[in-house]
Amino acid sequence: MPETFDQKIATTLADSRLQTAIYTATNRLISHRKAVVSADALPDYQELRTQANAVKAHTIENLDWYLEEFERNVLDHGGHVHCCRSAADVADVVLEIAKRRGARMIVKSKSMTTEEVDLNERLEHHGLQSVESDFGEYIIQLMHTRPYHIVAPALHLTRYDVADLFERALGVPNDPVIENQCRTARGVLREKFLEADIGISGANFLIADSGAVTIVENEGNARLSTSAPKVHIAVAGIEKLIPRAQDLGTFLKLLGRSATGQPLTVYTSFLAGPKRSGEVDGPEEFHVVLLDGGRTKLLADPEKRESLYCIRCGACLNHCPVYRKIGGHSFPWVYSGPIGAILTPQFVGVENAPQLPFASSLCGACAEVCPVKIDIPKILLELRAEVKTAEKQNGENQLERAAFSAFAYMAVRPKLWARALGFGRKLPIPPVGPVAAWLSEREMPKLPAKSFRELWKQRKSA
Amino acid sequence: MTAREAILRDIRHNLGRGASLVAPVPPAARLNVPKVSISDRIELMLDRVIALAGRAVRVKSGADAVEYVAGVTGGRRSIASNSEFLREAGITALPGVASGVTDAEQLRGLCATADFGITSADYALADTGSLVMFASPADARLISLLPPVHIAVVPANRLLSGLDEFYTLVPKPADRTSSTVFITGPSRTADIEQLLIRGVHGPGEIHVVVVG
Amino acid sequence: MAMATVLERLGFAVDFPGAQTCCGQPAFNSGYLDEARAVAGHTLKTLADCEYVVVPSGSCSAMMSHHYEELFEAGSPENALAASLSPRIYEFSRFVTEVAGVEDVGARFDGIATYHDSCHALRELKIKDGPRRLLGNVRGLELREMDTCEECCGFGGTFSVKFAGVSGGMARSKIESILRTGASTVVSIDSSCLMQLQGAISRAGLPIRTMHLAEVLASR
Repeated sequence: MPETFDQKIATTLADSRLQTAIYTATNRLISHRKAVVSADALPDYQELRTQANAVKAHTIENLDWYLEEFERNVLDHGGHVHCCRSAADVADVVLEIAKRRGARMIVKSKSMTTEEVDLNERLEHHGLQSVESDFGEYIIQLMHTRPYHIVAPALHLTRYDVADLFERALGVPNDPVIENQCRTARGVLREKFLEADIGISGANFLIADSGAVTIVENEGNARLSTSAPKVHIAVAGIEKLIPRAQDLGTFLKLLGRSATGQPLTVYTSFLAGPKRSGEVDGPEEFHVVLLDGGRTKLLADPEKRESLYCIRCGACLNHCPVYRKIGGHSFPWVYSGPIGAILTPQFVGVENAPQLPFASSLCGACAEVCPVKIDIPKILLELRAEVKTAEKQNGENQLERAAFSAFAYMAVRPKLWARALGFGRKLPIPPVGPVAAWLSEREMPKLPAKSFRELWKQRKSA
Repeated sequence: MTAREAILRDIRHNLGRGASLVAPVPPAARLNVPKVSISDRIELMLDRVIALAGRAVRVKSGADAVEYVAGVTGGRRSIASNSEFLREAGITALPGVASGVTDAEQLRGLCATADFGITSADYALADTGSLVMFASPADARLISLLPPVHIAVVPANRLLSGLDEFYTLVPKPADRTSSTVFITGPSRTADIEQLLIRGVHGPGEIHVVVVG
Repeated sequence: MAMATVLERLGFAVDFPGAQTCCGQPAFNSGYLDEARAVAGHTLKTLADCEYVVVPSGSCSAMMSHHYEELFEAGSPENALAASLSPRIYEFSRFVTEVAGVEDVGARFDGIATYHDSCHALRELKIKDGPRRLLGNVRGLELREMDTCEECCGFGGTFSVKFAGVSGGMARSKIESILRTGASTVVSIDSSCLMQLQGAISRAGLPIRTMHLAEVLASR
């Protein structure tokens, strides 16, 4: 029986080692970001956010135009574009290319979109070897688990976990020295890069005026995956489009800083088609697989459309006090944290993730750090209202609904309200329901001897 | 109806309109190019590369550059790009240096076994300490990627203040090359316990030699 | 009551319209918009003619000044009323510093205190320095900053009971931060935050006191 949301949360809260790991990692990312977006380091930070939001808004509102422009330019440079409606179609496209090329081995760089579609599983099912090349993702793949964080997939693991894993999966001696573990992975993966028939990448941005994909990374595995094999397939959601290469002047300034506190990541690649005549190396074939996978649905609501502006920096995760307690694996889908909380119900339907919009104190820290200014709390509130509307229609959660109806009934009848308060503060409160929940963590608030209204009446008569 | 047509149809439907007949006009690209003197650019570039744990030096002439590179490689196996600048300076003539390679297979073999990859750069971005490399007949992708050490020898006049200047000069890199890469320091990861390790897949050591 | 005291000392005539009940935020945040709308409508009528509405809570204040308009259709009388009332609504500390124009109310409070930035006040109302300046002028009070002063206390309305474990964890993280300052008192401009923190402090049996800013400023 799969664990419920509440169970996963409880497990994570009870794991003190994991709590420390999450807290330490996110703390570091928080302070690194702070240092590089300060008024001294980046005086026009707020203007850049405004610009990024405006460019994304414009692009999303003209997505059809930019999709077609992007496609034209990819074809112009000798590449191919494949449009996929659903996640399953992505694997079909890859399998077809692999079959045509007689490919057996695929090397992959980090892509949350490919996680959405469970690409590796499908490929393996058809007898293809698909190896993750990002150090953290490689480890996650060997563990047969999901990434813990958009940017730091192995955030929850220790060097000892990795030592045990490598001993089990690779047959190497148990070695907890991280540098050595890295060297081991480097050795294994180097072979894969050079032998792979196909390299699959994600894309941080799709550039419409250039027919290009932009990939940012620190390790070099994306460069290798997209330069060594003869075929490069980039998989990306349609919302990754931006109009011009020049817009990267804005987005690149925000992405690295927001994610890890780096003004630029070690490698930023801008890839436009297969190798050109005269170029010495590079892929012979260049494919971009564009995934809808439910994104077009999100366009329909102008209030929630901005969910598609996300550039996957992970800043909202790092700053979210709830994510920092419950971690990435408590979330039901591939995207976790505040962005996961607003995307998941929109993709899988609010009825399939009704608790998620409520798993927030609405503190607003996410919106404050979002480089593209997505108003996440606003969207959470919208989703909450949608959940309650659906519950009303289905006759669910009637007790809670009755409680709020009673609340509203009394709150518009001040005499009744005052009387109820006066009554309530004298009665013993049964420790059930929400009261029990409160008491599980805290003492009840101590009420002063006299209520405010009583004191006020006294004061006025004096 | 193909998937492509269905997606376009749904986009338009959900946005509440039909296909646009006129190109939409995006907000003006935000590019602010500061005035930075050449000497400030050089200083900033060296500063930034060193802060990223790379090595960075400024030399006066090509001959000085040759001396520096020779000091680093010590005659060991190196693969150099076909950059005119490297050839003129005399770097490709150094012992142990293979260059002039135009065959992809041969290049890959050399890159996979070389101890050093030597390139020039098309531009550099001083404010981030980045090298800008276009793939071209003069510069193959794997040279700055496979060998564990990357040495880049760059004429000072190719240093730009930063991204905004680059995109002002080169608004469409895709017009000239299939691959543009910004290289900002040595390869690294902090995936496990946030401990920083260099040289995961790309070069763990980089040298930037600014000439002029 | 402390708030009324401070305001009267500053020379303002303070009234408490007895017909007021609640700003409606619990319903609004829980997705019950119809109920929230009903309560908001009543509150708007109750406060319609006040010259200023001073609120000892950042979250209630933000609810009324920022969200009431959203609840009612543009062009409706409620929407117009919300728009006209919005600039007259002041969170307590902002009223003192901006309307009364005072940063020293002549208060005295001996002890080491730390200030907790309530989320709604900080992020929706942009209240950050005002309370600190007011506390800075309280004789005998040493103000120390928490390293996580801007982090949420974990209340979040129904969140505190729907996700009690997480909420409790967030409160405890906050309390650890308070302990690191060595402060014996934590001050906030939001009673919900104080209730949340006090509940967790009492459960842990710690000698930390929670006080509303108004209570500190009323001390002599």
